[in-house]
Amino acid sequence: MSEAVLSVSFAGPLVTVQDAGRPGHMRYGVPASGPMDRLAFDAANAALGNPQGISAIEISLGGLMLHCKEGAVTLAITGGEFVVEHGGQKTSSWTILTLQKGERLAIRAGTAGSWAYLAFAGRLGSEDWLGSQATHSTSGFGGGAVRTGQSLEISEAAIRGDRLGAIPQPEFPSNGPIRVVTGPQDHHFEENAVACLLADVFTVTDAYDRMGMRLKGPLLGLDGALSIPSEPVVRGSVQVSGDGVATVLLADHQTTGGYPKIATVISCDTDRLAQWRAGQPVRFTSISSAQAIEDVRHFTVQKTRYLEQISVPRGSLEQRLIRENLIHGCAFD
Amino acid sequence: MNARFKSIADHALLVTLADDISDDAHDLVIALDKAIAANMPVGVTETVPALVNLLVSFDPVVTDHAAVEAHVRECLEAVEIQATEGTVRRVKVCYEAPFAPDLEPVASATGLSTEAVINAHLAAKFDVLMYGFAPGYAYLSGAPEQIQVPRKQTPIRDVPAGSVIIAGAQCLITTLTMPTGWSIIGRSPTRILTGDPKHPFLFDVGDRVTFQRIDLATFERLNSETSHE
Repeated sequence: MSEAVLSVSFAGPLVTVQDAGRPGHMRYGVPASGPMDRLAFDAANAALGNPQGISAIEISLGGLMLHCKEGAVTLAITGGEFVVEHGGQKTSSWTILTLQKGERLAIRAGTAGSWAYLAFAGRLGSEDWLGSQATHSTSGFGGGAVRTGQSLEISEAAIRGDRLGAIPQPEFPSNGPIRVVTGPQDHHFEENAVACLLADVFTVTDAYDRMGMRLKGPLLGLDGALSIPSEPVVRGSVQVSGDGVATVLLADHQTTGGYPKIATVISCDTDRLAQWRAGQPVRFTSISSAQAIEDVRHFTVQKTRYLEQISVPRGSLEQRLIRENLIHGCAFD
Repeated sequence: MNARFKSIADHALLVTLADDISDDAHDLVIALDKAIAANMPVGVTETVPALVNLLVSFDPVVTDHAAVEAHVRECLEAVEIQATEGTVRRVKVCYEAPFAPDLEPVASATGLSTEAVINAHLAAKFDVLMYGFAPGYAYLSGAPEQIQVPRKQTPIRDVPAGSVIIAGAQCLITTLTMPTGWSIIGRSPTRILTGDPKHPFLFDVGDRVTFQRIDLATFERLNSETSHE
């Protein structure tokens, strides 16, 4: 066990340290933060055999370039389809590799996905706030933004030769429309607004950060000049501003707000939506709250099974092939 | 009105206790929040009090909307509305020129002298209504009518943390450098984000807040002893 020191040759905006998040402080104006795509984040740690929820780096479309100055460390990259360059090889995210002293690693936006995760076989040194290193992007509290010129220190840095190579991607998440439960203010909209939300196609705009994602699409008319008393909002709230434009609130959302919410995206679909990019079409479908619970429980069972499977060391190439066949053959019904 | 329950996605229940903002509605929100906290049902992860409603968040793997609603209904039946008796918190504020760019405009808008605006602010007892906007942004209500001014047309950028700002009946002590359209009437060395892991936020919703005037020298001394996050 030793230390690895990585210097940050380049970090785009919104590249931040994230752990599993800091739930429990919404009453004080603090959202849970944590990864925008919790499945990809968990997969990065699981594939290295790390404890669940320890700090990793969330990489935006801006990308990240590292130069290993001291030591060596095995690392996992998951999320979207980012381009990974290392040692003259170009691969894609969902891979595990070892970064040796003197080597460089570049992670850049690829064909799909808005967020990638970089987890280390070791502990990333980082600031803590309220018991969590998750970065709240608007304040910078927590682990904070990763900036060009800084160094990342990985303690207990390990080489995990038995884990190198591709990480099987999860195949169980739905690829259907984004599921919402309507409300809590659906009754405050014009008669056709909810039907419009569910029938029309919206588009992700570039007004998209860790706080929320503004959508382009038909305007959702409010029923009169409505002002509701400011009330709690959650990750997944679809709030509609006075001009009828919908915004989906995400990991660093404000905790209260006065805009009416026409619907709320179910938890596993907020993370799926978060991976989409400006210009991508978004369709919504409405389900009952009971169905939402059932769907999320089903998702959780599949996710747990998936994380267990990828957390097993791969061993030799032969063993790996057998196991990946098993994973693809039976697990994701 | 009867309490209204709305399911929020797979993981929360919004309990609305009144349509309009009133002291009674807020007292009931706080009483219900306390009743639930005293008897947290399995699977409930946190509650968020606001002006007329309370959000109850839960783990959908452990419980569901119907079970949480049944529990909240039981708590609600046992709740007695009582005027809030929150802890009194004192916040120090320096109203001197470099920190109070809007004191003059507020004075001229209300027809008072700057001293009269300060005295009205000092005489008021504020209630912590809720947090929102950003970490530690506690909305205090209770600004006396004679110093109430509307929000500005255009927000001012980069207003320093610790600024004491007012708009309408509300007052707020900022915790971050942020834009604001509220009137800046002073600066406080008192930290709402205390940095104390055992009590990280100075106020709880329902607390009472009063302001205490300090001069520039006292501000500088106290401010150097504390630092923002």
